[in-house]
Amino acid sequence: MRARVVVIGAGIMGLATAFNLARRGITDVLVVDQSYLCGGASGRNGGGVRAQFSSEENIRLMQESIEICREFAAEMRINVWFRQGGYLFLTRSAERAKALEESAALQQRCGLNTRLLEGREASRIVHELDVTGIVRASFNPDDGVVFPWPFVWGFARGARDLGVQVATFHAVEGFVTANNRITGVKLRPTRTGEVARGESVLPAGEAFTVECDEVVLCAGAWSPGIAAMVGVSLPNKPHRHEICSTEPLKPWLQPLVADLSDGLYFSQSMRGEIVGGVSLEAVPEGIDQRSSAEFLARYSASLVRAVPRLASVKVLRQWAGCYDLTPDGGPLVGRVSEPENLVLACGFMGHGFMMAPVMGRLLAEHIATQETSELFARWSLDRFRTGKLVRETMIIG
Amino acid sequence: MSEKVMACRCEDVTLDEIERAIAEGSDDLESLKRYTGFGTGWCQGRQCVTVCARILAQRTGQPPAIPITPRPPAQPTHLGALAALAKREG
Repeated sequence: MRARVVVIGAGIMGLATAFNLARRGITDVLVVDQSYLCGGASGRNGGGVRAQFSSEENIRLMQESIEICREFAAEMRINVWFRQGGYLFLTRSAERAKALEESAALQQRCGLNTRLLEGREASRIVHELDVTGIVRASFNPDDGVVFPWPFVWGFARGARDLGVQVATFHAVEGFVTANNRITGVKLRPTRTGEVARGESVLPAGEAFTVECDEVVLCAGAWSPGIAAMVGVSLPNKPHRHEICSTEPLKPWLQPLVADLSDGLYFSQSMRGEIVGGVSLEAVPEGIDQRSSAEFLARYSASLVRAVPRLASVKVLRQWAGCYDLTPDGGPLVGRVSEPENLVLACGFMGHGFMMAPVMGRLLAEHIATQETSELFARWSLDRFRTGKLVRETMIIG
Repeated sequence: MSEKVMACRCEDVTLDEIERAIAEGSDDLESLKRYTGFGTGWCQGRQCVTVCARILAQRTGQPPAIPITPRPPAQPTHLGALAALAKREG
């Protein structure tokens, strides 16, 4: 079989790209994934969507992504539980406070409604917060949270309705190349006894090759392993991050709270649960989606320090997913030089979900027009050769 | 009288919704869990996983899947008790 574009990874980045390609008239697209929808980071993240970043490109992209989130439910006919309760960032040192002030000033210049608060003023936004030790805080009321799963399904359904094929349970096994181009992607079904699935045209059971003109790599933490199959060495590394969720409470917490001192973040879902995570220092790199007791203890300690009255609330469940980390904190986007028809969209530092709505548009535009942008040049793989690295400091979780 | 049959009481998922989700393509247990939300509520699947796995096996003709990934903790646990386990490193 053949497809004009093969998108590797049916997470939100791949599906958003496929959907936007189809909307531009490029419907001959196959999205493949080794697992089920929401099986990777797109189904395992905290659903945060924010424009409070420290670099201008991230701020401006996220302004656009938030706009897309606002329209998403109506346009895609699916409830993604988008709630703009804001993001409240906390700092506990003079050094971090200074960085927060600089970021807030930049955000304001970009048109965000970010405002800076003294540490003790943070409790005006969240009354239950213990402000002891908080030096400075920043609050942007337009940041928010979504429920990640329906966001993924929305893009998948939208893409399928426009003619895109989404093949879950198909792993990339290798590539066929010729003249510095990928001419085919070798796929292998990952579950046996394939159940008839809609109008799938994929052969059942055995490995096969899909001929193609372009390949887009959106496999998140799995991207370096897949790129290596075609001789491309990527600098991003998978890194396990964990999350947990409590019993549902009445709605009381408006914003997502993020503490830059220890990477704690927590928000209240529309189902009432407190969902959040925290940074752990010593997590070995590698794909790992197992839960740890260490995380639960560290997260609970950090959360109870921030909001003491949560001590009496019970944890129901915890899970893990993989961040996709690059050495300089910026993603890997755009073409590589060899093979020339491989487009990257990975290394999103745990921000891939929130950036996908806008990145899907930009990637589709690039593939449709073949035009490169300044942003794609800045975020290219080539920067690790030329040394023109990027910088983003507002990274949590 | 309503014919509504509950498959997952905590998350309010009916048998009908499970059947429809399978028919629409959520035909593996993990996808079905995510699409319908069964097993993610207060009981964490103790009451509903076997029922849903059985319906899935019947509808797809496939052998019952291995259970969905169990999520710790084994029982609801206070944040305060868990916080006490952390080594306070400042």
